[in-house]
Amino acid sequence: MTTKFEVNGKQVEVDVEPRLTLADCLRQNLRLTGTHIGCEHGVCGACTVLVNGDAVRSCLMLAVQADGAKVVTVEGLSNDADLTPLQKSFRKHHALQCGFCTPGFITTAHALLTEEPDCDADRVREVLSGNICRCTGYISIVEAVLDARSAYKKDGAR
Amino acid sequence: MKNTFIGAPMERREDLRFLRGKGTYVDDLAPEGLLYAVILRSSVAHGRIRSIDASAALKIEGVHSVITARDMPDGPPIIPMRLQPLPEFKPFEQPVIAHDKVRYVGEPLAVVLASSVAIGEDTLEHIAVEIDDLPAFSEWQVAAQNKSLLFEQAGTNRSLTFYSRKGDADAAFAKAPYARKEKLNTGRHYGLTMEPRGVMAEWDAGKGRLTISGAAKVPFFNRRILAKQIGLPESAIEMIENDVGGGYGARGEFYPEDFLIPFAARHVNRPVKWIEDRRENLMAMNHARETEAHIEIACERDGTIIGLRGDVHTDMGAYMRTNGAVGARNVVQFMGGPYRVPHVKLDSHLWMSNKTPVGTYRGPGRFESSFYIERLLDMVAGDLGIDRIEMRRRNLVTAAEQPYPIASVQPTDAHDQYDSGEYSEAMNRALKEFNWAEKSKFAGKLIDGKYHGLGIACFVEGGAAGPKESARLEVNGDGTITVFMGSSAVGQGVETVFAQIAADALEIPMDRIRHVYHGSTTTVSDGYGAYHSRSIVMGGSALLDATEKFQAAIREAGAKKLGCRPDEVKIGEDTVSGGGKSFPLAELAGLTAEGAFLNKKHTYSYGTHIAHVTVDAKLGQVQILDYVVVQDVGRAINPLTLRGQIIGSLVQGLGGAMLEHLQYDEQGQFLTGSLADYLLPTATDFPNLRCFVTDDYPSPINPLGAKGAGEGGIVAAGGVMANAVANALSSFGAQPRRLPLSPSYIWELVQAGSRQAAE
Amino acid sequence: MKLPPFEYAAPATLKEAVALLASHGGEAKPLAGGQSLMPMMAFRIAQPSLLVDLRKLPDLKSIAIDKDGVRLGAMVRWRDIQDDKRLAQAHPLLQAAIAHVAHYQIRNRGTVGGSVCHADPAAEMPGIALTCDAEMTVMGKGGQRVIKAADFFLGALTTALQPDEILIEVKLPAWPAGRRFGFQEFARRRGDFAMAGIAVFYDPDAGGTASNAHVGVIGVGEKQRRLGKAEAAINGSTLDEAAIAKASAAASAEVEPQDDIHASAAYRRALTGTLLERALKSAAG
Repeated sequence: MTTKFEVNGKQVEVDVEPRLTLADCLRQNLRLTGTHIGCEHGVCGACTVLVNGDAVRSCLMLAVQADGAKVVTVEGLSNDADLTPLQKSFRKHHALQCGFCTPGFITTAHALLTEEPDCDADRVREVLSGNICRCTGYISIVEAVLDARSAYKKDGAR
Repeated sequence: MKNTFIGAPMERREDLRFLRGKGTYVDDLAPEGLLYAVILRSSVAHGRIRSIDASAALKIEGVHSVITARDMPDGPPIIPMRLQPLPEFKPFEQPVIAHDKVRYVGEPLAVVLASSVAIGEDTLEHIAVEIDDLPAFSEWQVAAQNKSLLFEQAGTNRSLTFYSRKGDADAAFAKAPYARKEKLNTGRHYGLTMEPRGVMAEWDAGKGRLTISGAAKVPFFNRRILAKQIGLPESAIEMIENDVGGGYGARGEFYPEDFLIPFAARHVNRPVKWIEDRRENLMAMNHARETEAHIEIACERDGTIIGLRGDVHTDMGAYMRTNGAVGARNVVQFMGGPYRVPHVKLDSHLWMSNKTPVGTYRGPGRFESSFYIERLLDMVAGDLGIDRIEMRRRNLVTAAEQPYPIASVQPTDAHDQYDSGEYSEAMNRALKEFNWAEKSKFAGKLIDGKYHGLGIACFVEGGAAGPKESARLEVNGDGTITVFMGSSAVGQGVETVFAQIAADALEIPMDRIRHVYHGSTTTVSDGYGAYHSRSIVMGGSALLDATEKFQAAIREAGAKKLGCRPDEVKIGEDTVSGGGKSFPLAELAGLTAEGAFLNKKHTYSYGTHIAHVTVDAKLGQVQILDYVVVQDVGRAINPLTLRGQIIGSLVQGLGGAMLEHLQYDEQGQFLTGSLADYLLPTATDFPNLRCFVTDDYPSPINPLGAKGAGEGGIVAAGGVMANAVANALSSFGAQPRRLPLSPSYIWELVQAGSRQAAE
Repeated sequence: MKLPPFEYAAPATLKEAVALLASHGGEAKPLAGGQSLMPMMAFRIAQPSLLVDLRKLPDLKSIAIDKDGVRLGAMVRWRDIQDDKRLAQAHPLLQAAIAHVAHYQIRNRGTVGGSVCHADPAAEMPGIALTCDAEMTVMGKGGQRVIKAADFFLGALTTALQPDEILIEVKLPAWPAGRRFGFQEFARRRGDFAMAGIAVFYDPDAGGTASNAHVGVIGVGEKQRRLGKAEAAINGSTLDEAAIAKASAAASAEVEPQDDIHASAAYRRALTGTLLERALKSAAG
């Protein structure tokens, strides 16, 4: 089936089997390999992307369901020139080790901070509980997200 | 040597790509002509294979071929032991694919090669497998009856017994004024990595060369195994270490797929990629930790430990895998932990069962033995009326006793000694940071419906496995320097810490170290890998040796160009000078020097964990209010990444203590095949964790003075949590004797205590 | 864990959707948020031949509140319920329960209709629907029909929905101002399915005597269920310590839990009573 949607600001058109998940479509068809697949049953959060601004698990969504949607992946939240404030905060707090779960945390944290730049530590933990990290023990990730709040408070820009 | 970067909390180089989603993990690779491998795994726990018929599967569009043991003319090769390769283990080693029997749910039966993973998975149900069931079992007690045998020719389900000995335990026990015997268990869990395993193999038929991507942990060793199995010289195989999504001891060992995928690629002359899915990962990656101890401790009336004796039974699963014996050895070798134990007589029995084979998981054997000794110490302290802190203080090894010899283990003839440290200093620091004096007022109290408890546990962490590590430096065309390491990266940040060490050794800014390459057989000639918390000590020391030789080589070459003596040559950031002249370092592009570090001894970092928990006795719910880890690491290279190692491994330990549990039914059927069943810690579970690092006692066995420190967070977590829960529920007389401490189990302890009180 | 093959359609009208479901002889499935169905397909426990995506159907995404109660369109998502400030008055029990559903990302896609039709015994929404005497409006080839919650949930993952029927709305009866309620659940981790969960409400008279008690339990036994004996213990009482103890003992006695990998049956039985006790205390407080 042909499906058209926007990824990181660019229109794409792909011809896919209905059974292809959005996660696989991003990785295989669009070669956006920053979105990682860690469980394929909606538990680990490594595949989190933004669909029309909402953080969703791209392994629990079909590519054909993205038709007409705006999809943003970790690549879309990055630029080559510099790390974003959220990424800088992750680096400063050593909120990543092996890096495999990291894209899912970045997308999830970005969605949270965009909507709730005043969130407290409990809310950060509650939201991040849908993402599994096996390396850090989460303490540093929570610190990084809290520390990045200030960057989201003014005019909603990253 | 300067000390600019070593000891500083340097932000990591690796992060720049990981944070942008630009890491390259093996599943990110997709060369032209790629075939996808999907593995048919046994759903039968124990049985004899009658037939595997793939003829229907081969008719499916998109299926290229189906590989079984029959495609291997000399029979499937056997995966050898990497550590403790004793002849006793030979009969129990795993063939790369099942051919006569299956022995656990998840054992590979066939490999489907297809144009997509989805088609490969569609195909599995079209492969007709006939297996005659044999009696299966999942408990060591049944294994010990030797009625149903996994390996008939071996005649027993016991692959080995390790004997851990020190002093004369029986004589000491005979005279001891006090002894206590306990049965204690640790639960089966494992080093689940967020990136599942993956292997991609490309065969160049013209050159007769194999290129394997997805290598991790011990690429050079795995190349030796594969070369032998597949009949190629080592030089014809390249192992590429891509970014690796977590190691923890489990990733990167030689597994069946590490043969099957290269074999398949050569068999069909196409690139083949296999990426483990999560369900497979839960039943195919090495399991760990399932032990039962029948253990006795003898003490003086003042709490001084006299000795330990007894038996530990480890459920090894269906095969002896590469490093599978390490935990079973360590559990008896290190049962004394950081304590002075003059007499030891412990036997560790390795039982085969119809479950996934075991391997190491961060802190192998130490997590288990720490739970045992720490539980015993609290019980003894209670019996003898001694304060728990005093009990430990009395028995912790002192600096004056270092190097302190521990029990030796046969038949591997393992002798070992701790290297340095005044262990009570770490405990004192932990007590202070935790504010034990103040918080101990809460111990056992019921406040707002919850019982408060404190737990303490002290530990040692072994590191720095030998025999060797190598490093090389090279001058780049632009005058920067590249470092090549035999160590492997599994997410721990070696590109950063090795750049720190190299920059300080060369007394240049860190950005002059352009790249740190590691692991891959294409970048270094030799390497020993990432295990046993060895990278900093072994790799770092090799790097120091390499920089000395590198500087000497530059002086030598510089002297010739400058017309002066080598000892007059000064090496600057990007220039070489001497005799009043200078030239750019770039002119020495290509100059290289290699160094190595050889070592037979181990480092022992040490420390103390303390926890303050509440227990909701009706829910069986445990919450951590505060948790402090103090660890002395000899020398901290990067406090930022070190803290990451400690807190990260601590949460893994808490996972094993509270949540994670691989479960089987009595017939070996696997019950925890999803992440909804196998419970990993999440961000809401363990929020209040603190750690403090000291480097008061450098290791005398390496030039850096560093000690392996990647596992200390995990080792004491089980013991401290069980002790804290016991303390909280002391009014019920609750004594946790097994892990994990599930709500259901804690509730049962409370019920048992309530019933006893009523009677 | 790739999905098995299937056909896919995203019809624009309910009528088309129903016709598509009917055309596949029971092998087709409606797809709402997919947060339960997709994992089942990934494990190949479910292998529908056709997925009928409801995302383009009009009018299934709204929360309507009037004097008769709260009408939740089948495609209303968990976060829509959390974000709807009217529900704090119009149905506080619903919001309290939905706060426990899964995780952030799941709540952005998971739907009321999907959860009710999936009918997991440990899920919050089916439990609330049953406890609150919800009415399910479903559309089939023959038109619409309304099924009472008590008749809708037949067992674990089994409902009265016919293969060619689509749930379009869940109606929760009006919530009177003076109603008391409590919701308590306990899971191994935040967002996990409950080891047990209790939803309770009752209507006290001026003197504090309770009537119209409804007690529902999730996560214990084969399906979500009402606990009639516990309700009887509440009705006519003033919810003093003794009455609460009696009700929770009745609840413990009434459930039929089984051992599983997370907890023993005995534990779940006791937990049921504990959670009802706590829910009633929070209701009274």
